[in-house]
Amino acid sequence: MNLRRIFLILVPYLWLLALFLVPFGIVLKIALSDIALAIPPYAPTLDITAGWEGIKRFFAGLDFENFVFLTQDDLYWRAYLSSVVIATVSTIATLIVGYPIAYGMACAPRHWQPMLVMLIILPFWTSFLIRVYSWIGILSQEGYLNQLLLWSGLINEPLMIINTNWAVYIGIVYTYLPFMVLPIYATLEKLDGSLLEAAEDLGCSRSSAFWLVTVPLSRPGIIAGSFLVFIPALGEFVIPSLLGGSKTLMIGKVLWEEFFSNRDWPVASTVAIILLLILIIPIILFQRNEQKQREADQ
Amino acid sequence: MRQTWLPLAVALTMTAGAAFAEEVRVYNWSDYIDEELLTKFEAETGINLVYDVFDSNEVLETKMLAGGSGYDVVVPTGVFLQRQIAAGAFQKLDYSQLPNAVNLWDVIKERTAQYDPGNEYSINYMWGTTGIGVNTGRVAEILGEDAPISSLALVFDPANMEKLSKCGVQFLDAPTEMIPAALAYIGEDPNSHDPDVIAKAEPVLAAVRPYIQKFHSSEYINALANGDICVAFGWSGDILQARDRAAEADNGVEVAYNAPVEGALMWFDQMAIPVDAPNPSGAHKFLNFIMDAQNMAAASNYVYYANGNLASQQYLNEDVIGDPAIYPDAETLKKLYTTSPYDARVQRVVTRLWTKIKSGT
Repeated sequence: MNLRRIFLILVPYLWLLALFLVPFGIVLKIALSDIALAIPPYAPTLDITAGWEGIKRFFAGLDFENFVFLTQDDLYWRAYLSSVVIATVSTIATLIVGYPIAYGMACAPRHWQPMLVMLIILPFWTSFLIRVYSWIGILSQEGYLNQLLLWSGLINEPLMIINTNWAVYIGIVYTYLPFMVLPIYATLEKLDGSLLEAAEDLGCSRSSAFWLVTVPLSRPGIIAGSFLVFIPALGEFVIPSLLGGSKTLMIGKVLWEEFFSNRDWPVASTVAIILLLILIIPIILFQRNEQKQREADQ
Repeated sequence: MRQTWLPLAVALTMTAGAAFAEEVRVYNWSDYIDEELLTKFEAETGINLVYDVFDSNEVLETKMLAGGSGYDVVVPTGVFLQRQIAAGAFQKLDYSQLPNAVNLWDVIKERTAQYDPGNEYSINYMWGTTGIGVNTGRVAEILGEDAPISSLALVFDPANMEKLSKCGVQFLDAPTEMIPAALAYIGEDPNSHDPDVIAKAEPVLAAVRPYIQKFHSSEYINALANGDICVAFGWSGDILQARDRAAEADNGVEVAYNAPVEGALMWFDQMAIPVDAPNPSGAHKFLNFIMDAQNMAAASNYVYYANGNLASQQYLNEDVIGDPAIYPDAETLKKLYTTSPYDARVQRVVTRLWTKIKSGT
């Protein structure tokens, strides 16, 4: 019986070890190395054949120089900050667009719902890259959106949307919408309708019942959806490089430049590790908060 | 039930068959070959050719330095080649497998030897200059008939650029090309590795930054040909391809290329074999095929770049060999300069400067 238990616990930990801790260790090791003109382009590399001496030499070559370097140039914290702003704004916008969709789906007749879920997932059948590319055709100066607006007489001159942050926001909201809609829908769909009836019996108007009952009860879905959008949006590279202009500053692009233009894998790894810390801290804080709340509830 | 296994079995045999056929993987620049040559190579040698493309040296270099790229032939530019040779990324060529190497042109071999001493690791594929492409009609309309279309002043003088920004200007997204050009404009040594001299390029580029629509290294071919932009600072052959596409489309757009009179960067794209190439003998066959005089001429006739193959010159079209924008005359040749690779410290200064110029931070 014990063996079975150990095995059950072991599986998720092995998973975590293989897919998170080991890659993280490799990236951290590169972050502590120095750039070199070699294959791979950093030093030191672990020389196991030299035995204990080799291991000692390897650890002696590691240092935190690259972390210090990142604090010396304002480019990096500006890029982090701008990424956090873009990811936050996009997450809020995705929530505003996604919540009504999820609500509408949950309110739809039961037998429609599988099809509606299907429709939300459907865009994934087309390559993500192609879908982002097609936005260039929609948003460009001669694009469909500008043609439509010009034709309707709302504007007299084509709007400059492509190559600006606006295009990045549109791209992120469009791409990550399903990640927001599905978790919210999942919580709303399980919502006990009698609670709303009770609220109305107790004198709540329909709109205040929505704000006082439905929204708080769908909070787990909102939080899950927001994390699912915020985390990938923060490190997003494809959308800002295709839709954004050269003024769009995001950490994903900085990372690309460190990696490709400077060939500086150690600094690129350092940038990636700090990005990870930025993501992990709010998640840990959030979980602590949840834990406390659960204890308080009990 | 039995029939359902049949397609699967067939598919398995086919993939197994494909795995046994000899294969050569080539990684070359985009829009850089006559694709008929690829089918011709397969027909002549029976080797399966996998042909992938890139549009920046940086992407290629990262793959080379990561190792295990899986490519048999790659095409870095001279400065990048030199650094990758130093990193041990390439294997020496076996000239006994390259009988067509006799076709190579001494004039170019001498120049490429500064990146690859003795041409031990690479052969020249194409070479060209970096300069200015203009939509002649639109530029004349905006700046007048005597617009300085062959001077760096066209793209680095803010007064000109402000007017041109209305019809669109694109620059290469390549700091190792644009910073030397800015230095040449203000009379500094374009090949300077001194961070203080390199820093002087910043105000020049920053002054015209507001008027640049985009920094990109391949989009300008179509944009120029379609008339979406009227000036591009780019690679000679790409701009000449735009000229050709515009003429084919007959859309009233007329494109011209000029190497700047203040001096233009001359570069060499070299074919080399990665040290861990899966099929080096197939790679040699490909190099030998490319060095065939007629094949090389076909490639140049198609992409409008000069090549380092003397024997191919008799097969070149008159609009290639006779065009001083492609094969510069002695006068222009004197004004061309070459650059050498930056070390890691200077490279960081250059990249940082470029980020600053592009993003304004």
